Amino acid sequence: MAKNNLLTWIDDRFPLTKLWNEHLAEYYAPKNFNFWYFFGSLALMVLVIQILSGLFLTMHYKPDAASAFASVEYIMRDVPYGWLIRYIHSTGATAFFIVVYLHMLRGLMYGSYKKPRELIWLFGMFIYLALMAEAFMGYLLPWGQMSYWGAQVIISLFGAIPVVGDALTLWIRGDFVISDATLNRFFALHVIALPLVLIFLVVAHILALHEVGSNNPDGVEIKKNKDPVTHIPLDGIPFHPYYTVKDIVGVVVFLFFFATVLFYFPDGGGYFLEHANFIASDPLKTPVHIAPVWYFTPFYAILRAVPDKLMGVGAMGAAIVLLFFMPWIDRCKVKSIRYRSGIYKTNLAVFVVSFVVLGWAAMQPVNETITMISRIFSLLYFSFFIVLYITSKNEVTKPVPDRVTQ
Amino acid sequence: MKKIIITLLFAIVSVHAYASEGGVELETAPIDINDKASLARGAKDFAAYCFSCHSAFFMRYNRIAKDTGMDEAEVRNTFIFTRDKKGDPTKLGDVMKVSMTEDYARQAFNAPVPDLSLTARARGANWLYTYLHSFYMDASRPTGTNNIVFPGVGMPNVLWELQGLQKPVYKTIQHEGRDVEVLDHLELVQPGSMSKEEYDAFATDLTNFMVYLAEPVQAERRSMGWKVLLFLAGFFVLAYMLKKEYWKDVH
Repeated sequence: MAKNNLLTWIDDRFPLTKLWNEHLAEYYAPKNFNFWYFFGSLALMVLVIQILSGLFLTMHYKPDAASAFASVEYIMRDVPYGWLIRYIHSTGATAFFIVVYLHMLRGLMYGSYKKPRELIWLFGMFIYLALMAEAFMGYLLPWGQMSYWGAQVIISLFGAIPVVGDALTLWIRGDFVISDATLNRFFALHVIALPLVLIFLVVAHILALHEVGSNNPDGVEIKKNKDPVTHIPLDGIPFHPYYTVKDIVGVVVFLFFFATVLFYFPDGGGYFLEHANFIASDPLKTPVHIAPVWYFTPFYAILRAVPDKLMGVGAMGAAIVLLFFMPWIDRCKVKSIRYRSGIYKTNLAVFVVSFVVLGWAAMQPVNETITMISRIFSLLYFSFFIVLYITSKNEVTKPVPDRVTQ
Repeated sequence: MKKIIITLLFAIVSVHAYASEGGVELETAPIDINDKASLARGAKDFAAYCFSCHSAFFMRYNRIAKDTGMDEAEVRNTFIFTRDKKGDPTKLGDVMKVSMTEDYARQAFNAPVPDLSLTARARGANWLYTYLHSFYMDASRPTGTNNIVFPGVGMPNVLWELQGLQKPVYKTIQHEGRDVEVLDHLELVQPGSMSKEEYDAFATDLTNFMVYLAEPVQAERRSMGWKVLLFLAGFFVLAYMLKKEYWKDVH
């Protein structure tokens, strides 16, 4: 009874039970979620992992050009379990992009960006954008050769913008080269500004989702078929406990892979922690081969595929910006890939393949073959949006069932 | 198109290799990070042949004692010949600095001597192992020596007494229709104090120690890893049964 009294006391002053019910116990999610629906909750968990591990890293890290590199090695060697925290954070960055890419692919497959979920998709795309900025700035902090030169290359891209380019790069770096000033501001943005933006966007993403309700692998609206008495969707089940217990299974499987990388392949063969980043940054020595970390490589390949720098930057930007417009590029009323045409399925498959091939190509040293491959697959990447816009208007689709299938 | 596909296939299966500046194929270092005896031998070799010029600035002496099974007195006798500012012998808890100053190094070698704490992570074990094997006589260099995997290396061949002296043997190949001379292999012209097998073992121990030096926690990391994975495997069974139980009434 005392417990209930306490709850009543709180509920009179703060909507605790109301929030719990709206977002968990009485949030009805479709009962046919499959494998692809684990990645949303996983992304949320990785965000929490990154914030917590990052918090402990900031207790020992020094955002100072003279001591940043040494402070990371200090964490790796002298701070008790510092190595664990650091590897959790570096592995977490990779894990974040893996789950987010799979989460986005899920959205593409089941048409989760379509009416009425356009805003969920837009918030999600802004999360992705903030995540890229967050990862890019975080990668400068270890202050190794790849941190330094990777940042040098990426920031110099802004210099390609006509008229304001040079002033803009100067403004971003706070100096004429990447320096202590750059490191300090990137640290501030990485640990305060961008995490706050990310948390705000994630809250908006989830609020928008819970307003309209979740999509599902069949792409049917479960709210169209409600129980006449209770008004609960017939194909819906409360998120808690059904999806909380299910997501725990997903979390454990995810953590198994996460721990395998963390304890046995923390540098991911040079993909997660690049070899050259174990050499302290040296403004006078350019590494032979500068490659961004794997999660940026598809866009980097598009940049390299275009001969003109400004056009390349434009193409790279367009590759991301076009994704924002998915809800309006795809004009087909049917949501799920299950009931869409062969053209759509092929188109999406080509898109996924080109994304992967582009990511691989950017990691290779430039030569004629690699440039050719990058060009072909850049064109295929962009053709996805064009083909989709043209073919989706009058797409021949299969009949969509009224209720979800099992 | 065929060419592209073949290139793609090959590149996908090949791993993200460490860049070798000379473009030479690297030998595989037969190291075992859990072999403490090898680590202790490697530590002594490191102290004898590297640690006069190269520091290991991120490493502490007592960490070597903790991880390689050498006792503290042994570590002290092997590594510590310096004194701190007060005039006391350098403490075991100190980092592994060397007496050679950067100015001196610039005069002697025309460049600062690189710190070796992280070399194994930056270059890779195989690169190190090959590097230790690849010094050869080159009269055009100020030190009279050069290295296949590190052309124009500033370091003199301090290991010649052990390995002996090698000379390069060239071969002629066709490149774009012209004859080009390329290095084929190295030939021992003056034997050192060690046989080939002994020198291989020496290079293995030294490489092993340097791989350890680059990430001292790696043995602990691996031994913690399987315990975590075992826990997660057990947790998975419980989580799966819980899910099954709850979902009985959904299907």
